[in-house]
Amino acid sequence: MKLIILETYSQASEWAAKYIRNRIVQFGPGPGRFFTLGLPTGLPRVHPESYHSFMWNNFFKHIDISPENVHILDGNAPDLQAECDAFEEKIKAAGGIELFVGGIGPDGHIAFNEPGSSLVSRTRVKTLAMDTILANARFFDGDLSKVPTMALTVGVGTVMDAREVMILITGAHKAFALYKAIEEGVNHMWTVSAFQQHPNTVFVCDEDATLELKVKTVKYFKGLMLVHNKLVEPLYSMKETGAERSQSKKPYSD
Amino acid sequence: REDLWVREGKILNPEKLFFDEKGSADVQLDCKGSIIAPGFIDVQINGGFGVDFSLATDDFKSGIDLVSQKILSHGVTSFCPTLVTSPPSVYHQVLPQISVRNGGAHGAGILGAHLEGPFISREKKGAHPEHCLRTFEAGAFQDLLNTYGSLDCVRIVTLAPEMKRSSEVIRELTKRGVCVSLGHSVANLSQAEEAVQHGATFITHLFNAMLPFHHRDPGIVGLLTSDKIPAGRRVFYGMISDGIHTNPAALRIAHRAHPKGLVLVTDAIAGMGLAPGRHTLGQQVVEIDGLNTYIAGTKTLSGSVATMDTCVRHFQEATGCSIETALEAASLHPAQLLGIEQNKGTLNYDSDADFLMLNDKLYVQATYIAGQEIWRQDASGM
Repeated sequence: MKLIILETYSQASEWAAKYIRNRIVQFGPGPGRFFTLGLPTGLPRVHPESYHSFMWNNFFKHIDISPENVHILDGNAPDLQAECDAFEEKIKAAGGIELFVGGIGPDGHIAFNEPGSSLVSRTRVKTLAMDTILANARFFDGDLSKVPTMALTVGVGTVMDAREVMILITGAHKAFALYKAIEEGVNHMWTVSAFQQHPNTVFVCDEDATLELKVKTVKYFKGLMLVHNKLVEPLYSMKETGAERSQSKKPYSD
Repeated sequence: REDLWVREGKILNPEKLFFDEKGSADVQLDCKGSIIAPGFIDVQINGGFGVDFSLATDDFKSGIDLVSQKILSHGVTSFCPTLVTSPPSVYHQVLPQISVRNGGAHGAGILGAHLEGPFISREKKGAHPEHCLRTFEAGAFQDLLNTYGSLDCVRIVTLAPEMKRSSEVIRELTKRGVCVSLGHSVANLSQAEEAVQHGATFITHLFNAMLPFHHRDPGIVGLLTSDKIPAGRRVFYGMISDGIHTNPAALRIAHRAHPKGLVLVTDAIAGMGLAPGRHTLGQQVVEIDGLNTYIAGTKTLSGSVATMDTCVRHFQEATGCSIETALEAASLHPAQLLGIEQNKGTLNYDSDADFLMLNDKLYVQATYIAGQEIWRQDASGM
């Protein structure tokens, strides 16, 4: 894996954004597709805390993505399992996921794959763990009874099929999960640890998230920042020629 | 910073469009960082540009059309043509020629007439002609109906509540959906409160043509902080913030006492938009000198030559309030007064797309009605 450590939350966000931008440009999107993943069920579409509202307000309305390329699991579909299966089909039809971007929960989960989820699971309905419900209560005025208890999510196996995985981890409250994910073994209680077996993973974090790691680990990866920064400098643009763009920079192998 | 979405003359919810219809914009307009605000609503305007709504001329209809066109550049997208105290013949001739209509390329929308008088107090007639004042002592509502002829397109009536049988009249008008406003009156606070209990909801140009605030009897002004207002109702009050009708300190006192009730009005007269000189206001002759408009030969204020956008700017400067507050006083509050806030006075989803683009100094750059650009400030500053 590549572990990218930036000092602050905004620096980590900026690094991740630049990386994603370069990857998109390199990918040379034509009829490019965009998939989005975890979605709590039961919330009406127009609820301000639904993923639709969240994605619209924080992402879609700021970019010129065409609505047919947006695929969000519909938590209000009549047959939830069919909805999940269809999602897996759409991913296949689009040629598989090129880059998966996600975060982790304080309990080490990726998407809503709660502790105990199978590491080869596919898109399905999951019951949320208390940890996750607590973490989400802040979006519902702190009222636990208002937080949905089930969610549709991509499976660990689904994400493992992506050609590249990027995980963003910021904040001290995620530090223990990060430790479990990268310094301990692969364990279905900390589902992010599955990515130790993925050929192409990038973890982007801030200083606070490294608080539970060994000093040795942190020093090693900080020392590599010179090399890793070559992934975001130069910053590519869609206006450059095809030849320049398709040079993929691989400073070293994983 | 946000985008505004419009479809078929209404403000559109883009989230629904994106997710449900998988739609996107057909036309995109770069507003270059302007402020987008709901169109202004002027509920008291007696005329302008040489047109006097209280004069029964042959070309009355084209007069109203002219004013509704010209005020677009002031940011007004809906208004209530106002008639001052006039003889019954004027009402009978003029009112049938006013019709409630939507705005559009032809001009701002007409919400209905505002009849200011003739059932007002002799002592506080202001610029209104004494010989046309009337009472409804004898026949209450019937008297009123006979005087006006018809209430079909009447939206607001200003009267003095201390007059005998006013309660009956107020109740009947309210029942018919007409907004009753208190003004040109010497009522004390309890008379004013009684009127509100019977249905009155507005005060015509606060401070002007009423008893001054007195600490033991605040009069009509006391309605701003009265505790006798029926639950769930709000009293609104018009203010002419042209810097002349009220001292800025008085404007600030009213605003601070009851910010949510303040409605900006122009009370503009025929001379608005024209060079200084002599003009008419119904049966009276008015002299305009700069921003001052007096009954010829007197120092009695009669209407103003202020424009709505000037009033908004002056209000914001005098009170130091936020831009949103200043804009709401000219859009949201008048809409709430008339009970039309579901459609007008806001930029909420599904409301009518009547809006303005203003620069940071609150000068109107463009006026839109039903999503169409109807007026734009051109480079020469016309």
